[in-house]
Amino acid sequence: MSTARTIATTRSAMGIPTGRLAVWWVLVSEIVIFGGILVSYVMHRLGHPEWAAEAAHTNTAAGATNTFVLLTSSLSAVLGHKAAESGDGPKAARMLYFTCLGGLTFLTIKAFEWTHEIREGFTLQAGGFWSYYYAAAGLHAFHVLCGCIIMLVVAASAKKNENLHRVENIGIYWHFVDIVWIFLFPLLYIAK
Amino acid sequence: MAYEPQTSHAPAAAHGHHEPSFFHKYLWSTDHKIIGFQYMFTGMALAMIGAFMAYVFRMQLAFPGASVPGYGVVSPANYNALITNHGSIMIFWVAMPVLLAGFGNFLIPLMVGADDMVFPRINRLSYQIFLLSALVLVSSLFVKNGGFGGAWTAYPPLSANQTYNLTPLGSSLWVLAVALEFVAFLLGGINFIVTSMNSRAQGMKAFDVPIVVWMIVIASILFMASVGPLIAGAVMLLFDQLLGTSFYNPGRGGDPILWQHLFWFFGHPEVYVVLLPAMGIVAEIMTVFSRKKLFAYKTVIYTLIATGVLSFFVWAHHQFVAGIDPRMANVFTVTTVLISIPIAEMCFVYIATLYGGSITLSTPMLWALAFMAEFLIGGVTGIYLGASGLDIFFHDTYFVVAHFHYTFFPIAVIAVFAGITFWFPKMFGRYMSDGWGKVHFWGTIIPFNAIFIPLFILGAAGEHRRIFDYHSFPHLATPGLQALRIMATVSLLVMLAFQPVFLINFVNGIFRGKKADKNPWKSNTLEWTTESPPPHGNWAEMPVVYRGPYEYSVPGRAEDYWPQNEKA
Amino acid sequence: MLGNLARASSFAGHMDGLFWLITIIVGVWFIAAEAMFFWLIFRFRARPGVAAQYVTGKEPHLKRWINWPHTLILICDVVIIVAAINVWVEVKQSLPPADLTVKVMSQQWTWTFTDPGPDGKIDTADDVRTTDELHLITGKSYHFILESKDVLHSFFVPAFRLKQDAIPGRTYTGWFKPTVPGTYDILCAEICGMGHGVMGAKLVVEDPAAHAAWLGQHARDAALTAMNTAPPDTAAAAASAPH
Repeated sequence: MSTARTIATTRSAMGIPTGRLAVWWVLVSEIVIFGGILVSYVMHRLGHPEWAAEAAHTNTAAGATNTFVLLTSSLSAVLGHKAAESGDGPKAARMLYFTCLGGLTFLTIKAFEWTHEIREGFTLQAGGFWSYYYAAAGLHAFHVLCGCIIMLVVAASAKKNENLHRVENIGIYWHFVDIVWIFLFPLLYIAK
Repeated sequence: MAYEPQTSHAPAAAHGHHEPSFFHKYLWSTDHKIIGFQYMFTGMALAMIGAFMAYVFRMQLAFPGASVPGYGVVSPANYNALITNHGSIMIFWVAMPVLLAGFGNFLIPLMVGADDMVFPRINRLSYQIFLLSALVLVSSLFVKNGGFGGAWTAYPPLSANQTYNLTPLGSSLWVLAVALEFVAFLLGGINFIVTSMNSRAQGMKAFDVPIVVWMIVIASILFMASVGPLIAGAVMLLFDQLLGTSFYNPGRGGDPILWQHLFWFFGHPEVYVVLLPAMGIVAEIMTVFSRKKLFAYKTVIYTLIATGVLSFFVWAHHQFVAGIDPRMANVFTVTTVLISIPIAEMCFVYIATLYGGSITLSTPMLWALAFMAEFLIGGVTGIYLGASGLDIFFHDTYFVVAHFHYTFFPIAVIAVFAGITFWFPKMFGRYMSDGWGKVHFWGTIIPFNAIFIPLFILGAAGEHRRIFDYHSFPHLATPGLQALRIMATVSLLVMLAFQPVFLINFVNGIFRGKKADKNPWKSNTLEWTTESPPPHGNWAEMPVVYRGPYEYSVPGRAEDYWPQNEKA
Repeated sequence: MLGNLARASSFAGHMDGLFWLITIIVGVWFIAAEAMFFWLIFRFRARPGVAAQYVTGKEPHLKRWINWPHTLILICDVVIIVAAINVWVEVKQSLPPADLTVKVMSQQWTWTFTDPGPDGKIDTADDVRTTDELHLITGKSYHFILESKDVLHSFFVPAFRLKQDAIPGRTYTGWFKPTVPGTYDILCAEICGMGHGVMGAKLVVEDPAAHAAWLGQHARDAALTAMNTAPPDTAAAAASAPH
């Protein structure tokens, strides 16, 4: 049907651009989803001191590397936003590609990490700690993957100097994905 | 905050004058009105399935073991699947789509003076995901071993372990259907919230927005903030069912009570998610048919927000006897009983709106007034359950069933009929018959009370829930109590017998009703300023707003109403 | 509560009292609200030539009709909360010393009860295990130990006004004191699968003599239980010892 914008989309009674307002509301719902699983995990971890023995087997080096990768990719997302603000679509797109590369690196490291852990016998079914570990980190990884895909779509438009406002919006989403990891990392990798 | 030029709707200019195909116009549309209808009709179809289930299980309760006409003999497993899916369907696939997404989609852009939602394609996607969820749910009823039978609350270990529930496929499809429904409403909610916040007509300040829009927006926010933990919990339940994890398995480090907390943390705000749009609809109708301002609009907004916030702190009243720390029960009984205060305040403000009015008892007004009268019963009976000391007895009895039907039925049925009969002329450009509307009204309301008052008495006699046949329990198998069960069932049959009156009136109205003009009810809100039905894009020239929505009977004016877009 | 439901425990009457207290308070409000509601509909029905009034809701003489009820409801709520917590604390937050202890085991779809037996002590060799029938002595104070083998169940005795969910992996200790002899229903009040609808049990409250007689009937069962629950070597020794 029509791909032209509705008048509704262009209005801004709150003074905030529509896309940005929408992304913030999406984040509200995401915070509660991750909040739910993480609070459940923390309460169970406190009630099961023996889980520390299981947690000792997570790969802190891999986790730390991934933290660095995500933080760097957030930096490139910010640079992309700056480029978009100044109207430089192609540069914004390049920064988004770099961010996406960070996301894919994260997923690759995680793939190796999990393959190793599964070979060692630490599967999803291996007990309470591992159920949460794979579920929480898996949910996060799913968000990383979706973020990468959306970023590529936004970058394709941005390269042609179209819809540059979306660069900021996907950047906000990416920072959220980053922040969730900042919570996951200590909870799953450092608390031993 | 620049506003666009007021004329020439961009999309119309963009695709020239060719008529879209039937497929594009009705099945693949991004038009909020069509999407609203899609939600509404899907909800109505699912309501018929849910009502059929109620017919079957109530026949079993009245005449245990007898073959139910149109179904057959009801086995214990069938019974559990019927009550489970009746509840799930009515809440997730009737109340939510019709009230929130049906009315929300149709009304919000029209009432705020916009041409559509801010993200029409996400809107379309939300309906498609919703439809998928409905199809998954219905398919779960026909798989091997039948539909899930662990109640809409789906407590593990029963729901997590197929050795216990004996419905491996049905259980997982049910969880998947619910999860998909949640995703659909998260997507839809973004549109409602952002459109209402950002796409208001020029001149429409926050307190010029009609109450029903506020209600739907706050309901969407409540939904978004509460459903997250349950989405996490549902994924965890699916993993336990299919992948052998042990989130809820006490034998392997899990905790069944965790599910209860995640479920009810959502479950309680959820009842307000459906209550709020219903109260919004009732407010719009009461103001129009009493020709009066809403008494204390701002008070309604503040109590609405207070109720919303408080609703996050009452959830464990569903778990008083579930094994939570008994000291926690005291906290929750305090919050639960106190939440009666903002709700009571809202009810009083609505009743006060009638004061000094000029009240016409049209069909929509009858429904709106019935909502108030019946919901009051639901509200006061909630106090019995919120009082922890008494809930020890009443939990999981028919007293609870009667209480929540006295809240849910007004929400999901009465307010819906009110809204449909009220906005029908705008939606379809024709009138329904008011006379037949009144026949349907009385034929629904009177039997409704005759169904559920016996259930209060049965609950107070100790009758517990989710039981297919009471013959195993001597004190519950008495002729007196069985007579009450039969009375409830017969009343349901009478109520169901009157529903075709509505269906015929509705369908007949769409195709052969008398043509309606723009503003048959002489209402102030913006949707009544455009054609009936509104064209694609809603207005040729976008409206500008000069006042609030409830300026009725303003002294000194010739007319007793004053549309929001009329220049002073 | 209503009708013929017996009040057979020491706290049943207190719970019924709470029911009637709430009914009176809530009933008054309910009748007042509905009466006002219907009166307003009648009083302000549309009449030719009579216009509606323009009421903003800020008028003090009208606002007090909202504000005073608002305050009164708060007071009523506090009364109800205090009364409710009193009953709750009595049933769920106290554990008076017990004369006797019984065990209640729930599973799909049977109740198994363990009576302490003639020696009056639970977890001893003379305990009597029965399925679907529990016998108690009038006037004695009991602790009950509630467990589940599989899914959630709920131990509901309407005549006692007692209910408690049974959770697998946890043990719950509660109390009651039967006060009126008779035969009552025990119900499972948490959906537990296909057999939830037949998961009932019989509760008999009787005087000490009748209870002792019932135990005597189960003496042979008790001996069998002792043999079957003893560790393997003593069971073999018992089997080979002269009877």
